[in-house]
Amino acid sequence: MAKQIKMHLLVCCGTGCRASQSATLQKALERELKTNGLEDEAKVVTTGCFGFCEKGPIVKVHPDNTFYVEVKPEDAEEIVKEHVLKGRKVERLLYTDPKVKEHVPDSKHMGFYRKQIRIALRNCGLIDPENIDEYLARDGYQALGKVITEMTPESTIDVIKKSELRGRGGAGFPTGLKWEITRKSKSDQKYVVCNADEGDPGAFMDRSILEGDPHVVLEAMAICGYAIGADKGLIYIRAEYPLAIHRLKIAIEQAREYGLLGKNLFNSGFNFDIDLRYGAGAFVCGEETALIHSMEGERGEPTFKPPFPSVEGYLGKPTNVNNVETFANVPIIINKGADWFKTIGTEKSKGTKVFALAGKINNVGLIEIPMGTTLREVIFEIGGGIKDGKKFKAVQTGGPSGGCLTEKHLDLPIEYETLVAAGSMMGSGGMIVMDEDDCMVSVAKFFLDFTVEESCGKCSPCRIGNKRLYEMLDTITKGEGTMETLDKLKNLSKVIKDTSLCGLGQTAPNPVLSTINNFWDEYVEHVVDKKCKASVCKSLMRYVVIPENCVGCTVCARNCPVNCIKGERKQVHEIDQTACIKCGACYEKCKFNAIEIV
Amino acid sequence: MSSIKIKLKEKDVQQIKEIASSFGNKPGELINVLHKTQGVFGYLPAEVQEVVAREMNVSVAKVYGVVTFYSFFTMIPKGRYPISICTGTACYVRGAEKVLDEFKKELGIKVGESTPDGKFSLTCLRCVGACGLSPVVTVGTKTFGRVSPDKVKDILKEFD
Ligand SMILES: Cc1cc2nc3c(=O)[nH]c(=O)nc-3n(C[C@H](O)[C@H](O)[C@H](O)COP(=O)(O)O)c2cc1C
Ligand code: SF4
Ligand code: SF4
Repeated sequence: MAKQIKMHLLVCCGTGCRASQSATLQKALERELKTNGLEDEAKVVTTGCFGFCEKGPIVKVHPDNTFYVEVKPEDAEEIVKEHVLKGRKVERLLYTDPKVKEHVPDSKHMGFYRKQIRIALRNCGLIDPENIDEYLARDGYQALGKVITEMTPESTIDVIKKSELRGRGGAGFPTGLKWEITRKSKSDQKYVVCNADEGDPGAFMDRSILEGDPHVVLEAMAICGYAIGADKGLIYIRAEYPLAIHRLKIAIEQAREYGLLGKNLFNSGFNFDIDLRYGAGAFVCGEETALIHSMEGERGEPTFKPPFPSVEGYLGKPTNVNNVETFANVPIIINKGADWFKTIGTEKSKGTKVFALAGKINNVGLIEIPMGTTLREVIFEIGGGIKDGKKFKAVQTGGPSGGCLTEKHLDLPIEYETLVAAGSMMGSGGMIVMDEDDCMVSVAKFFLDFTVEESCGKCSPCRIGNKRLYEMLDTITKGEGTMETLDKLKNLSKVIKDTSLCGLGQTAPNPVLSTINNFWDEYVEHVVDKKCKASVCKSLMRYVVIPENCVGCTVCARNCPVNCIKGERKQVHEIDQTACIKCGACYEKCKFNAIEIV
Repeated sequence: MSSIKIKLKEKDVQQIKEIASSFGNKPGELINVLHKTQGVFGYLPAEVQEVVAREMNVSVAKVYGVVTFYSFFTMIPKGRYPISICTGTACYVRGAEKVLDEFKKELGIKVGESTPDGKFSLTCLRCVGACGLSPVVTVGTKTFGRVSPDKVKDILKEFD
């Protein structure tokens, strides 16, 4: 009889860890197990993202939850010989808690995981996403079986309504209500669409779910199809996500083989199948009407709502569009009940939210927290604080549609309404942390640059207005702005918000308005004092020699690409400000700290 | 349309025909057909678009409109080693702009251009989702993480 597998080595094979060679690592581990004759005792499992991307590649050992970080293929031998064979943890590969400087033996004791609750991500990093049996072993497709065999479409919708689940794609529309509207729309054909366009640059929640647990989305779409009366599902996914596409294709194939997609599911006469549709790199296609036009093979330009897709969507038929993460919540709500779900979260925002935490933070990664967690907990406990001991300055949520929140917002609970009231929004889950070295005017300009490029150009407030906003911000960063520019910025922002056709234009000025509101002094500094405290705006910076520190080593003069530093050997040097191109070479090369930025 | 003029071979035309018919020549499948076609040719020059339009029974203007709308489609051939700098928000705050400047300087080309020998091309993309490794640069299928301007030369050397 084959020996029972006692140990599993879980290797993260998400896009992040793959980029740092996790596939080679996986092979190395398998080879070592074989060499040591341990194939029957331990098994290597490739999984989706563990979330702790900062320290990838990650190897997690089950059942003892040992968490190895930054593992290289060369480390495979030691892990197998020490841990698997002798049961001794490899100390040097364990995660070190930056606060107490001690190795943490398992993931349960890591600050990063302590405050997290995993609902949408519950299988990510635990199961092999390319193997449907592992999903089935975690109650997979049980919810689908339950609704089809025991529940009516109406009672299914009722559970989702009662759970108060709201859309995780940004706007937070009640999911149950959307399903009900689509159900009530009369038509011979309806569609379920999964929005996997994930356009927010700096967000990778949806991709991680699709890579780590593709079946949960398929199951939820089938449940939705049953509830609204649709037999066809479409996933609109970015072509830039090849790994997620690959895993979805495998998952769809396997589900069909097992009779969990296709005709006559659970012998009920209910049919449901799913196809993929590819995005082609346009942020606006995340907007649901644009997405639908794109699926129809057109340019992805939004159209006026109403009619909403629930009434008139893909090919003119009622279409229920939900986000990936929204769907990922559905099966477990069906299994565990609406009341269970409602115990998590706050009064108006139930459940959890997944965020992609990135920027100047120690623990970059994917996190899932109960609604109501404060920004401070996320940034300083889960995120481990600001990189390199710098000072926290702002946190940006909601991507190009959101805003920057500051120190004074840190104790706000994360909920749909509170974030909007503070001038930002939940968005799809991007969360970018910034420190004292970030210039808020430049950050606003960065987002405007994005929206200007991504505006579809259909309506003029967005097409022309945002371009003007960008130009104004540009003059400010160049030191050519005045107080009047700031007034104009505010006014034009309001006009664009009020008059744009779709959500892209309506929210594009948010990064500008929120930085103006929260960092007014910094804007004034740029236009009145002509200074950029964060030393980002080149035109406002000057490199000067500090005479007391300069020993006349000539290194700066030799490295200046435009030869604008004059001075004899052993004499104090001087920079010709009219010729300096502000490349910073002198500043980096000087060993005597004799050059400063003012 | 574009300044690049090419002559399609009979075999190329045949290939486009096959792609179009594999999608039933339905106008609604235009984007899928363009994805496949770009996968074969590497880019979508005017001549290719004309064949696609004819096969899908839509106007060339329609095809051109779709190709230029989506940033994934390109009318310029990529280099043998296409370089993409991630300029998503996470990479931006961790210094992607300086990395991009360094690539431009080293290669002597602008974003969207290829080196004269056709070896490298330079584009920006928005978030590959490896934010833990930011700033991120991809060259072909290879991903480089935590790239700083002084690493640019070494990266380019790997492709000698
Ligand atoms: C400019 C713009 C971009 C959007 N991008 C996305 C996106 O990438 N993913 C997403 O799920 N929803 C996105 N949305 C929201 C969708 O329009 C839609 O509200 C959502 O997919 C509905 O699903 P939900 O109710 O489950 O959140 C975007 C909206 C706008 C206006
Ligand atoms: S607001 Fe912008 S993206 Fe939306 S329809 Fe108008 S131009 Fe297009
Ligand atoms: S910043 Fe650059 S251009 Fe200016 S003085 Fe220093 S080395 Fe020369």
